[in-house]
Amino acid sequence: MSTHPISLRVNGREHQLTVEARRTLADMLRHDLGYTGTHLGCEHGICGACTVLVDGQPARACLVFGVQADGTEVRTVEGLADGEQLSDLQQAFSDHHALQCGFCTPGFLMLAEAYLAEAYLAEDGADELTEERARELVASNLCRCTGYQGIIEAIVATARARRK
Amino acid sequence: MTAIGTRMPRAEDPRLLRGRGRFGDDFSAPGQLHARVVRSPSAHGELRAVDVTEAWSVPGIAAVITAADLPRNPVIPVRLAIAGTDLSEFLQPVLARDTVRYVGEPLAVIVGADPYACEDAAELVGIEIADQPAVLDARQVPARVAAELTRGYGDPAAAFAGAAHVVEIDLAIGRHSGVPLEPRCLLAVPGREPGQLAIFGMTKVPVWNRDLLADLLGVDETLIRVHAIDAGGGFGVRGEFYPEDFLIPWLALRLERPVKWAEDRAEHLVAVNHSRQQYHRVAAAFDADGRLLALTDDIIQDNGAYCRTHGVAVPELTAAMLPGPYRVPAYRGRVRVVLTNKTPCGTYRAPGRFEGTAAREHLLDVAATRLGLDPVALRERNLLTGAELPHERPISTLGTDMILDTGDYPALLAAAVSEASRLGYQRRAAAGAGGGRRRRGFGLAMFVEKSGLGPQETADVTVSRSGAVHVCSGGTSLGQGIETVLAQIAADALGADPRAVQVTAGDTAAQPFGAGSWASRSTVVGGSAVHQAALAVRRRAIELAARVLEAAEEDLDLAGGSVSVRGDPAVSLTLADLARAAAPASRYLSKGEPAGLSARRRFEVSHMTYPYGVHAAVVEVDPGTGRVRVLRYLVAYEVGRAINPMLVEGQLRGGVAQGIGGSLLEEFRYDEDGQPQAVTFIEYRLPTAAEIPPVDVLLCQDAPSPGNPLGVMGAGEGGISAVGAAVANAVRAALGLPGSVGQLPLTPARVCALAGAMGVTS
Repeated sequence: MSTHPISLRVNGREHQLTVEARRTLADMLRHDLGYTGTHLGCEHGICGACTVLVDGQPARACLVFGVQADGTEVRTVEGLADGEQLSDLQQAFSDHHALQCGFCTPGFLMLAEAYLAEAYLAEDGADELTEERARELVASNLCRCTGYQGIIEAIVATARARRK
Repeated sequence: MTAIGTRMPRAEDPRLLRGRGRFGDDFSAPGQLHARVVRSPSAHGELRAVDVTEAWSVPGIAAVITAADLPRNPVIPVRLAIAGTDLSEFLQPVLARDTVRYVGEPLAVIVGADPYACEDAAELVGIEIADQPAVLDARQVPARVAAELTRGYGDPAAAFAGAAHVVEIDLAIGRHSGVPLEPRCLLAVPGREPGQLAIFGMTKVPVWNRDLLADLLGVDETLIRVHAIDAGGGFGVRGEFYPEDFLIPWLALRLERPVKWAEDRAEHLVAVNHSRQQYHRVAAAFDADGRLLALTDDIIQDNGAYCRTHGVAVPELTAAMLPGPYRVPAYRGRVRVVLTNKTPCGTYRAPGRFEGTAAREHLLDVAATRLGLDPVALRERNLLTGAELPHERPISTLGTDMILDTGDYPALLAAAVSEASRLGYQRRAAAGAGGGRRRRGFGLAMFVEKSGLGPQETADVTVSRSGAVHVCSGGTSLGQGIETVLAQIAADALGADPRAVQVTAGDTAAQPFGAGSWASRSTVVGGSAVHQAALAVRRRAIELAARVLEAAEEDLDLAGGSVSVRGDPAVSLTLADLARAAAPASRYLSKGEPAGLSARRRFEVSHMTYPYGVHAAVVEVDPGTGRVRVLRYLVAYEVGRAINPMLVEGQLRGGVAQGIGGSLLEEFRYDEDGQPQAVTFIEYRLPTAAEIPPVDVLLCQDAPSPGNPLGVMGAGEGGISAVGAAVANAVRAALGLPGSVGQLPLTPARVCALAGAMGVTS
């Protein structure tokens, strides 16, 4: 199996490593670089638990090869908080009981973070994030514990707070 | 200040939100090897050969084992044995030797340095199976019946013979399961002593699994330590003892290396316990006024290929709980547990109650139509009243006598109907009925749950030198928030700040007498044990403070984490001070007195406590596409006392979502050769946010349980128990069906067929 040297930044930190061509970005992040907050729920791109941001765009790390991340900036759930201080989105998840087992949570956080960042940048009349739009967004990932209501509420609340 | 009853933020949240949880595959050990299980591609047949020669050619392979390599091929015993059933000839061996009985049955294990290489090697294993016909329909005659059991009382036959009305329906419940989002994972790390193992990945019943593993390995159980970890959802399936729970530790000991196994999703969907698949023929006899005279249910359970750790607990619970909250003068429930060539079955959240509640409550709606009564009125007429409780039903379940302990069923039904009406449910359902191609319907169902199964739970509470309060419980953290709830309970009993309480749940060294987290028991039984242990620590703290302050114990009070003299708050000692006063070298200890500010208590209970609830749904059915949308959903639930209402509501909402999955979307289907048709999340359809409506919750705390010091009842399963029933009733109402919907889940094809038969089309 051929191997390739690559370099990438994860949560602002530079990493250089050599990976097999077939190694997924998820396995590379988890087992080669130690970012175990990215979780694997299905390994076929449906559940979204492994969602990370690659150059700001949400991607399913189980469907991306590590070598494809060469030269990119990756953000994982470990990059959201400021030390012990939870981000506003993370805090909203706790306030709205948007997680139970927490296994899917990193994927939802990264998905929502990407959406909120984009919506925030598009200041020219980006519509208010309604519950219906949030539900549509959230429907791309799977949660088995919560029934989604808390997740939707947390994302809507964060969007409102950020627009103020 | 009391912590109990508050919507305290969860102690688990910060670590989980920061990606700092520790789930199964997050643990690694130096020098670890990875395992891959080779599974049967065939549903039934004679296993002629498992040729591993080529698998060895893959670089880095350390072991390839088949049944022939095991010193003896152990079978996995039943954890929940029901008196009068002998299942010994139906138990699953850890590796198939001569016969394979379902697709996914373990045949061999590959161990190697790299998990990718292990998968390569697994594909090179040559499997020769002489296929035999697969049994895929449990109703087929002759059936291989593993057990038959009956629960009941009175003379239903006589009641039916003399009844004014007899109503009977058939209802099939589809095969689905818990499917937690984290697949199973196990890491076994050998220690320095022969037979010594550290295990990461056993949740739910860690002490039971540790003891069984010790027995199967022939080692002393104290050599094995199961560690507390985060688990990505349990729902009944995770943490039972599966073949891998023997194979991975056995390999670790044999190879003298840590061995990790991380299940993938395709494996999970064929290997983890399935559940639910039952065929009900349920019947009721009524007098001329619609009063129930008798109830019968003839049930066939499709149990899959083997009996696993739950034995016949699911069918037994189905039959035992079937009469529900009603006054049923005579009852007989009979279940035949039939083996088929499918994945074996076990429990899934609300086992037996999801199925039985669907059958009974759907029958009542059909009966209401036949008798010309309103479905709510028919139920009101037959519910046990508050004055009739406690009601002892001459039935046993899970080895306990059934005593419906407390509550007011008619009052909750009235409250639920009124809440649904206030929220516009019935109006919303009626609105769609007039025009357009879509039809709307309102459905309601009532149920009794069970919770707080004993016989015991043990808790240790210890105050350390920093003043932190440590709780070691035998429950396990599966996402339900046990660390938060037990902290709230301990804080109130002890007089401490809940944020100063740290809970360890499911470490067999920290709590060797735990019975685990299942059957909605952790808050009830585990919580009561923590309550008692914390009260004992409180007494001990006051005893020590009296010595330090040279005061009388009755003049001291413990609150907010410190002991003070009544009337003189300036004189006080913190829990940290008192932990130091209890340290081994302390001068405050008398000669021979054990050191430490700690206590262990065991809470024993011989009966379960029975919460109850009402579910109501508004659905919209498209007869053209067969799609059913749940527009609104209400759960009214009596929980006795909510330690943390936010978490109870979360349990109920999450249960509803799973129930909607099982009622509309999720189903393990097989083709005619027994090949599973749901092996990815494309075919096994977990509900997304698009399928789950906002869920309204009416949480009631009007009937504290008399059976425990906290007055609590369990909340883990009441969100799912009646979803099949409520959705089936709502769809039936929408389509105006005279009889039963026949089958759950109500997939588009089935709904189209039902609509077509009624002449309801687009």
